[in-house]
Amino acid sequence: MIEAHGLTKRYGQITAVDHLSFDVRPGVVTGFLGPNGSGKSTTMRLILGLDAADHGTVTIKGRAYHDLPFPLREVGALPEARAFHPARSARAHLQALAASNAIPPSRVDQTLQLVGLASASQHGASQHGAANRKAGQLSLGMAQRLGIAAALLGDPPVLIFDEPVNGLDPEGIRWIRNLMRSLAAEGRTVFVSSHLIAEMALTAERLIVIGAGRLLADTTVAELSASSASLEDAFLALTAGSNP
Amino acid sequence: MSNSYTFRHVARMEWIKLRTLRSVRWTLLFALAGMIGIGIAAGFNTKNPHGDVTNNILGGGALGSVLFAVLGVLVMTSEYSSGSIRATLAAIPRRPLVLAAKAAIWGLTALVAGELVTFAGFLAGAAFVHGAVPRPALSQPDVLRAVALSGAYLCLIGLIGLALGVIVRHGAAAVTAVVAVVFVAPLAGLAATPASKFIPELIYANSLGATKPVQGFTFSPWAGLAIIAAYAAALLAVGGWLLTRRDA
Repeated sequence: MIEAHGLTKRYGQITAVDHLSFDVRPGVVTGFLGPNGSGKSTTMRLILGLDAADHGTVTIKGRAYHDLPFPLREVGALPEARAFHPARSARAHLQALAASNAIPPSRVDQTLQLVGLASASQHGASQHGAANRKAGQLSLGMAQRLGIAAALLGDPPVLIFDEPVNGLDPEGIRWIRNLMRSLAAEGRTVFVSSHLIAEMALTAERLIVIGAGRLLADTTVAELSASSASLEDAFLALTAGSNP
Repeated sequence: MSNSYTFRHVARMEWIKLRTLRSVRWTLLFALAGMIGIGIAAGFNTKNPHGDVTNNILGGGALGSVLFAVLGVLVMTSEYSSGSIRATLAAIPRRPLVLAAKAAIWGLTALVAGELVTFAGFLAGAAFVHGAVPRPALSQPDVLRAVALSGAYLCLIGLIGLALGVIVRHGAAAVTAVVAVVFVAPLAGLAATPASKFIPELIYANSLGATKPVQGFTFSPWAGLAIIAAYAAALLAVGGWLLTRRDA
């Protein structure tokens, strides 16, 4: 459960997030939809405490992110851009994160397996596998899988994905979509941002729509698509006035 | 089993991060080779039997301090340039703990490596001292002190690099800043002024790594070390404060 109340964040003259309030519930995939630059990534950074809000609060199960005793076991996050050192292997990256939150080291290989980075190469030795190569050499899809592995490392009940399908091929997109749906089906809170309405229609059940940092709709995919000829029409009508 | 992450957890993360970067090992090996090479050249070429032979042999510390400073900078700024800072701070939201663990792990590594390269450089250089020049030995208290403090100096310069890295956040700018503080200041005409005894590289060259008193350096080598340690501590404190205040 993620609860945001009156979140506001300004960067200089620009108000990126403007009195934003919403709840994200467990058990379903909640899409966080808005045009590029509407404040989705900023909101996600505020949830994770990477940026400090000017006003308002955001809590995870009633607690601020900063106060979580083992954050990675409570919240797993895939940030907008790569968040690992290119010269360090995927395995070492995950080992370091596991150590920081007292996550058993065995979980690293489990997670690598789960996201498909642990598969042995044609030589049969895992030494040559993607997990042991410099992470900077990973393809976009592989890098995204590493980001998801980091999110899943602590087996957290809350998951936050920022634009997870950006730049992925159709197979990768389908893989992530199925993963998110199965995580939600396990009772987890899954919050996923996207500017792609069609992708959200396939993945999410609930939708939080923002434009210019403000809440435009807190609804379901079914409700929103019933309001117009198509979901896309409904989305464009909703966000029409909010582009800067 | 603690019910929250502690310094120990964060230190383990930082240790894994430091030892899984090959560039760290290569840079330290380069420092070792440089200290030995310069030590041998200086030992072999020292002709004045009344000069400070130990100080000559430790001349490689100038190169060593640049390498340790740059490595210290990169330990921090590579987190910003790669984006891994977001993963680090999401894992450990109590940011002063992150910097404390980084400083402890990098500081200990730099101390061990600094002493290692300095002692190796000294022993190699001393072996090549010849002719009428008396060969310095670690059994002489002043020589042992000069070599040991030179190693400690490399560690402190590495920590100053780390602190400037967290303050400035951009690698190139932080490297420029640390080189300016450590090297350009002595060249910029401050060397002959009373201020010189507060400049790290001059404290090193004239006091920490010297066995004979140099005019103008009235502080003891230990006081000089304390001054440089105070710089590192103050810069780390500023860095910790900024790290907590700024958006990641």
